[in-house]
Amino acid sequence: MGMRKVAIVGAGITKFVRRAQETGKELSWQAARMALDSCDLTLDEVDMVTLGTAPDAFDGVHMKGEYLADGAGAWRKPYMRHFVGGGTGVFSPIHGWFHVASGMADICLVVAEEKMSSCYPHPAGAFLTIFDHTTEQPLKPTLIWIFALEMNRYMQTYGISKADIARVSVKNKRNALDHPSAQVAEEITVEDVLGSETLCWPVNRLDISPASDGAAAIVLASERVARRLTDRPVWIDGVGFSIDTAYWATRDLCYPRYVETAARMAYDMAGIKEPDKEIHVAEPYDPFDYKELHHMEGLMLCPRGEAARLTAEGYTARDGNLPICPSGGALGVGNPIAATGLMKIIEIFLQLRGEAGKRQVPGSPRCGLAQAWGDLMQMGTVVVMRI
Amino acid sequence: MVKRVAIVGIGTTGFRPITSDVSFRELIFEAARKAYSDAGIEPSEIGGFITTAEDFLEGYSITDEYCPDQIGAVLKPTQTIPGDFIQGLATGFMMIMTGAFKTVAVEAHSKASNMKNISELLGFALDPAYNRPLRETPHAIAGLEMTRYLFENCITPEHCAKVVVKNKWNAMRNPYAAFGADISEADVLNSEPISLPLRRLDIAPHADGAVVAVLADEDTARALCETPIWIEGLGWCTDTPTLEMREWGEAAYARLSGEMAYRMAGIANPLGTIDFAEICDEYSYKELQHLEALNLCMPGEAAHMLESGATSYQGEIPINISGGALGVGHLFEASGAHKILELVEQLRGEAGARQIPDVNVGLAQVWRGVPTATGAVAILSNM
Repeated sequence: MGMRKVAIVGAGITKFVRRAQETGKELSWQAARMALDSCDLTLDEVDMVTLGTAPDAFDGVHMKGEYLADGAGAWRKPYMRHFVGGGTGVFSPIHGWFHVASGMADICLVVAEEKMSSCYPHPAGAFLTIFDHTTEQPLKPTLIWIFALEMNRYMQTYGISKADIARVSVKNKRNALDHPSAQVAEEITVEDVLGSETLCWPVNRLDISPASDGAAAIVLASERVARRLTDRPVWIDGVGFSIDTAYWATRDLCYPRYVETAARMAYDMAGIKEPDKEIHVAEPYDPFDYKELHHMEGLMLCPRGEAARLTAEGYTARDGNLPICPSGGALGVGNPIAATGLMKIIEIFLQLRGEAGKRQVPGSPRCGLAQAWGDLMQMGTVVVMRI
Repeated sequence: MVKRVAIVGIGTTGFRPITSDVSFRELIFEAARKAYSDAGIEPSEIGGFITTAEDFLEGYSITDEYCPDQIGAVLKPTQTIPGDFIQGLATGFMMIMTGAFKTVAVEAHSKASNMKNISELLGFALDPAYNRPLRETPHAIAGLEMTRYLFENCITPEHCAKVVVKNKWNAMRNPYAAFGADISEADVLNSEPISLPLRRLDIAPHADGAVVAVLADEDTARALCETPIWIEGLGWCTDTPTLEMREWGEAAYARLSGEMAYRMAGIANPLGTIDFAEICDEYSYKELQHLEALNLCMPGEAAHMLESGATSYQGEIPINISGGALGVGHLFEASGAHKILELVEQLRGEAGARQIPDVNVGLAQVWRGVPTATGAVAILSNM
């Protein structure tokens, strides 16, 4: 295609916690510093900075990207924020890829930050104003309310039980026991999930990822620079993103077609014909347990309606045929929205380099994928990476 | 490899103080339809889309949700850049330069008339721990900056008043502009004090409106239109957001983004190359401050340049021939969009009564407003 190759050469990630003592600026700085240190770079060598962070309503800061700029290392540099709702974290390396693949930058620092705990009494309040002011807000919907609709639709369409879905939560929370940043890693059972408080049927408390504070950062470099910086650059070989209509009530919620569109774009770019065979490890977005299954299907990693059965068979376990969310995902590591997406990118980066420690999946994976999703169940972002 | 990127279509609603007859989505739809028709392209043929918007200004926690339908971006690669339109333009430029996209549409809009208390809303941009408890308003901070800039550069409020008179007069010949007027310096100097030396007429009033531009790579651009308007240079920069840490007299973000754009465009002598410019004048003094920062005059020479008439309609380098923010209205994230619109119309020779003869290279510069120190620059040409 004649495109400039872009590699991830460094990564950093803070602990994910319910209520960080650090400000958003400080969290951004910690992650950015770790990412630069990991590839022996200083801020002076960074050409441009891009930052992903989700709603301003969490922090109550208008133009949050501007507020976080100095924390993210953007002082007197070309700096932009990008925002695609919950899909932001996986969009972050895509926006960074634009910077480097276009030739505008050789080294681009990509930071993703979220501090949800500032939102009082609970960050879920920030989502009361995501709905259409005329047709939806008068019904007083909440975020969990619409995902309950979607989860139910998914269950009804394919005849999947709540227990089938709960296995995702069990798997991811167990995987997260090996992740140093993890907030809610634990050994639980399907019964624990089914027995936890019902928030909005069929969604129980343990079906959902927690509210979290945290930040993550990566360093992207052009091919020439990447080969100088590291022996093991991880290449961004395909990027895809797609948004569906805002009129979500007009869509069939059983299948995320926007994820499929985004995935097809990324697969085309990476030359992937059979994703279920060519992708060796994947980190789809799992803010709810059913979303992991939903997204596996949208990513064409398995046939529609089959993801729950494969999960029950251990196909998606860390030592399974196709490890899904070996990091522990949003359900286990935590879900500081934008930072979660970048955490998933970093997990694939580490897995492909064979540096994931106790989380390392067997068989030296050579091709991995991270995906996130956002807005009103409408945005898909996909990145395919190879070593 | 893609060599150049051009603007091949642009559309706007024009700018009005109030648009109670349409929603923000309807405003955007009108601009998008005009832009696609101008480019001779269907939205289904466009590769990617960018909306520039900020949550708090829209009144939605996730404004990105509402960007696709009215611009024809459903199930297309689409993103929100919470930044000025020129930053969105830069993202679109980079998308095309990667080689993965042939065409990209960039959208920006302002629906300021929907906001009940703009000053209070903008106050949420201040640092929540250090600044917000002081309950400063954006205009109060601008007044402090104006004081510092005037002091450092021997400029008086009378000079700033001349900027207002010039720009509002220019706006009378711009059919898109909401605030054209024939006023005198005395009118400005006698207007209500807001945060001295800043007075009511030194401040750009808000307006509503939308702009959509279509970008294309060189081959597509030449196939689509006779006069592609080429993007020659782009720069964007963020100085510290911390009020206590920055140089208040100098607009470092404008200087650095200007230098970046000049470097990219290969311009060594800006004043000799740039034929006209649209420069951020959200506050009257900002036009002078930005003129100096962009190296379009010697340091401390902006007032002299203004008084000599060099920046007027018939001058050596007309500045804000559209009327600028003071004449057109302040448009939040669409501020850069109306400047790009003016550049495109001038460079195509379609600017009607305000057309500057024989122009080939134009510069647009924007600042994201108090309390940010973020700016962006675009240099366009018709050659």
